Amino acid sequence: MRRLLSLAPVLLLLSGCAGAQSMSEGAGFGSQQFNHLMLLFLVVTGISYALVLVFLTVAVAGRRNEGGEARLRSLLIGWVGFILIGLVLLTVASFFSDRREARAGAEQEPLKVTVSANQWWWSIEYQNDDPSRVVRTANELHLPVGRPVQLNLVSGDVIHSLWIPALAGKQDLIPGRENDLRIVPTRIGHYRGQCAEFCGLQHAHMAFDVAVESPQNFAAWYAAQQQPAPEPTDARAKAGHDWFMSHACANCHSIAGTPAGGVTAPDLTHVASRQTIAAGTLPMSRGNLRGWIANPQGVKPGAHMPAVGMTADELDAVASYLETLK
Amino acid sequence: MTASEHPDDTARDGPELDGPELDRILSETWGDKAGLIGWLTTVDHKRVGKRYIVTAMTFMLLGGMLALIMRLQLARPESGLITADRYNQIFTMHGSTMMFLFAVPVMEAFGVYLVPLMVGTRAISFPRLNAFSYWLYVFGGIMLWVAFLRDVGPDIGWFAYTPLSGPEYSPGKRADFWAQMITFTEVAALAVAVEIVATILKQRAPGMRLDRIPLFVWGMLVTAFMVIFSMPAVTLASSFLLSDRLVGTQFYNATEGGSALLWQHLFWFFGHPEVYIIFIPGLGFVSAMVETFCRRPVFAYPVMVAALVTIGLLAFGLWVHHMFATGLPRLGYAFYTAASMAIALPSGVQIFCWIATMWDSRPRFEVPMWWVVGFIITFVIGGLTGVMVASVPLDLELHDTYFVVAHFHYTLIGGAVFPLLGAITYWFPKITGRMMNDRIGKLAFVLVFAGFHLTFMTMHFTGLMGMPRRVFTYPAGLGWETLNMTSTVGAFVMASGVLVFLGNIVASLRRGAIAGDNPWGAASLEWAATSPPRPYNFAHIPAVTSSTPLWEESLPVFSGLRVKQRELVLTTVVEAVPDIRDPSPTPTIWPLIAALATTGLFIWSIFSPWALVWGAIPVGIALTAWFWPKSPPRHGREPVIE
Amino acid sequence: MSIRQTFTGDLKVLPTHGFGVRSLTWWGVIAYMLIEGGGFALAGGSYFYLMSQETVWPPASLPPALLPGALFTLIILLSEIPNSLLKKAAEAQQRDRVLWLIVLLDLIGLVLLVIRGFEFAHINVRWSDNAYGSILWALLLLHTIHILTDWAESLVLTVLMFTGHGQEPRRFVDVSEDALYWRFVWITWLPIFALLYLVPRLV
Repeated sequence: MRRLLSLAPVLLLLSGCAGAQSMSEGAGFGSQQFNHLMLLFLVVTGISYALVLVFLTVAVAGRRNEGGEARLRSLLIGWVGFILIGLVLLTVASFFSDRREARAGAEQEPLKVTVSANQWWWSIEYQNDDPSRVVRTANELHLPVGRPVQLNLVSGDVIHSLWIPALAGKQDLIPGRENDLRIVPTRIGHYRGQCAEFCGLQHAHMAFDVAVESPQNFAAWYAAQQQPAPEPTDARAKAGHDWFMSHACANCHSIAGTPAGGVTAPDLTHVASRQTIAAGTLPMSRGNLRGWIANPQGVKPGAHMPAVGMTADELDAVASYLETLK
Repeated sequence: MTASEHPDDTARDGPELDGPELDRILSETWGDKAGLIGWLTTVDHKRVGKRYIVTAMTFMLLGGMLALIMRLQLARPESGLITADRYNQIFTMHGSTMMFLFAVPVMEAFGVYLVPLMVGTRAISFPRLNAFSYWLYVFGGIMLWVAFLRDVGPDIGWFAYTPLSGPEYSPGKRADFWAQMITFTEVAALAVAVEIVATILKQRAPGMRLDRIPLFVWGMLVTAFMVIFSMPAVTLASSFLLSDRLVGTQFYNATEGGSALLWQHLFWFFGHPEVYIIFIPGLGFVSAMVETFCRRPVFAYPVMVAALVTIGLLAFGLWVHHMFATGLPRLGYAFYTAASMAIALPSGVQIFCWIATMWDSRPRFEVPMWWVVGFIITFVIGGLTGVMVASVPLDLELHDTYFVVAHFHYTLIGGAVFPLLGAITYWFPKITGRMMNDRIGKLAFVLVFAGFHLTFMTMHFTGLMGMPRRVFTYPAGLGWETLNMTSTVGAFVMASGVLVFLGNIVASLRRGAIAGDNPWGAASLEWAATSPPRPYNFAHIPAVTSSTPLWEESLPVFSGLRVKQRELVLTTVVEAVPDIRDPSPTPTIWPLIAALATTGLFIWSIFSPWALVWGAIPVGIALTAWFWPKSPPRHGREPVIE
Repeated sequence: MSIRQTFTGDLKVLPTHGFGVRSLTWWGVIAYMLIEGGGFALAGGSYFYLMSQETVWPPASLPPALLPGALFTLIILLSEIPNSLLKKAAEAQQRDRVLWLIVLLDLIGLVLLVIRGFEFAHINVRWSDNAYGSILWALLLLHTIHILTDWAESLVLTVLMFTGHGQEPRRFVDVSEDALYWRFVWITWLPIFALLYLVPRLV
């Protein structure tokens, strides 16, 4: 009950601000803490601002005041005291909020995921003690609700920043350093994350999808992701598969269970199961997939995927193959 | 040594040599040659200050136009108006132009123009260095803009984080132009800072003790020291970057022992004080205007001075708050949170004191005071959102979002540009001899104020809705469309206000009411000079007995300076007791030549490290010629610097 | 002027030059020292920051050869003797003493620059090898630029002192300030010497 009550004013204030990438979603422990702390700050700073405005209005509109110096001096001391108390309150509240977030879900074993950022996509690897159970994917993160996830953050090139506003604060991915970000998702839903540190030409197109799911759904997803790519049965898809393996595609991309083992581009083993392609740039669809493969530079100029020369027929075959990779 | 008997040395100002005759002689001594030669060789701080102001305002307009293009692009999702590459250059140029080519130079410009007048002296302390610094500044700005217009402008953000700005990820010369622009502008800014410190500490009017100097002068003193201690950081950082890019050093390369974070530490060690370097002179403007229009000194002068000094010191302890997301130890962060919060205290105190001054008087709300009120209403919001981002848990969400964009525009525009526009209106009569139009001034204020809040208040929400910074576009469906369109509309409203303000300047230059020496009835010494001031500022060196000299019964003056050669008086540091008659340097072309040689050195060194060797030779020659005495040995005559 | 002026004193009798704190030149030199000193401090800070990124320091090479560095340090410290004498002579406006002392210091400067060349030759790492090499070269180069600019300035001043201009009191102020700046040059050398030659041997 108390939790509901404490959330109400926040919801009231920020109800117009919901969205898959909005902080006010409060779908993770971190963003909930943010919303509560923000409310406290708004109250304290709001009162300060109101005081300033009142004083200003009186000063501008009021009559000349005689013998004001002494009164003003005491007012100044009071103002200094007010500011000091306010700042101390806010600093202490921040400190405790920070510690509360650090302790959230500490008693649970976190899910461990390594995220490697590159210009302009996200490589995601779910860790497991058993190497055969490691899941590699790209640009999409699935998380079980209520369980902490420890994101180990590395960069393959420049500084990026991983940020899922609906769930938690951000953390940078810095070449030469390893950073950690612990998130505890608290509400099932679909959210969006985006790179939050300017990383070059297509920084604006470096997003990723986040699905917070029930533990059962997550387990099902994870199990499916562990499977290698299904063999194509359809002739079209088979042609596409063969074309893929014998051309440039296989040099950069990997598809588990096939000869394609490139590591410089997103893993495509289950690409057709994803919500978006090109790191959140286009929704996954037949047309978009074809458009992307045919002309990546048209969609995302500067992306490291070259336009591989292929006929319309070859394009259709390859796309058909990729569509089987659910 | 016996005193010189030469008539040029013995002719001194005083009761016997006064009025129009004195003006004629002093004008000849302190004036420039006519025409282009005079313009190129002048060392008059007022002429140099004016060109600094005009140049800086021009860059402001250029930077503003870039902002309008950005807003047009962002008005709609995936608008496709401009390419990603072009946008990245534009936002880099917007930030770099505003921060390095407009905001700091314009504040320094007002310092250069006003400080000698306010402290009652005839010239700035190192007049040729002053001229040199202007040329270096404008040449650096031109270099950057030419690069941009030729599509080799920097595209790495005004903060140029490594390794993105390093040789591997920013090939070509784009980043080098940015890094070298830093060198140009920082050398210029450092030169001016040195002049300001020396002028304030050594050239004050007799009797102008430290507790009698105008608050604006205190502000400029604190600012100058901040420049001196912070700018070496960015110069070092950008030199390391240039060196990584040109000769293969590894300062920022993690694979060879370097560190991307080294850049951030060095840059922000400069970058945080930088914003206070911009902001503190603005506070000085406000103090000057409040004093005049309330017709009383600002409430609690010693507290105001303490606040300025505290802000200046604290500003150096905050820089890590730009790095809260980089994964440094949490305990260390706590210190920077505390310091970042603490700086709200002296700022809050100053706000109180200004309002208290208004409360305890009958303020006249001329246009400059409109800008002061606008400043209070706006800047305080920025200060309060600053308190928010000082908190680590809040900052980890808000960092690198449009919330921060809103925060710093509230503090920079509210805290520096609003006072600046008020200051321009306030000192326009002194600089030009004419008043700006009142009604147009009020219209400009309303448009700028309304447009500003429409643009930037909205951005707080855009940030809270999850829109990151520095993105050339955004997808539909996240709820950002209306917010962005609103900001774009606001930006154009604001721009129209700026145009009205400019139109007021242009019209008033021709048709403004004649101002007279002291149209506002102000108290500080610059208003004792004519409007515009004579080349020599004051016919006789003034002395002061209070902090409001022009509100006293009369103005004491000293006689006895040479009139046939340039001379001013140096006084002691604390008590301002007259100490030495110092000759002041005459006009010369050598600062311009030295600046050209230095420009050559700097630009060449973008392309070759040998420039540092060979390019140094013309610079050495120019500097030697600059300092070499041009007049024959004096042999007992009074000294000159020619 | 809108306000009434009253004559309150006469500046006629004031001298036209002063040494130290009284001269504008001094303030310019001090400000320059603050700027350069700040730059050195930050370069030193960068050195320690980069060192903290490595487990071994130097990471992959021998430390710079000690002999040239030690020789340089010895000579520059000894140079303070003629330097102090020069400053005193300048403040006493003793032209003859100033002339031979300033020439002596110019020669000492030349010797130091030659030794500096040997320091660079035996630094035992390239600037591009790693960040350790980069920061060592940067520190040594920054200090060398200092010596070079001060030496060049001294040369100009030397020539000036030999001309008729060399009798002007203001020139003696310039010499005094130049001597002051030389102190800054060797004082800043000491921590840099430690960073270049001692720290890599101690850690």
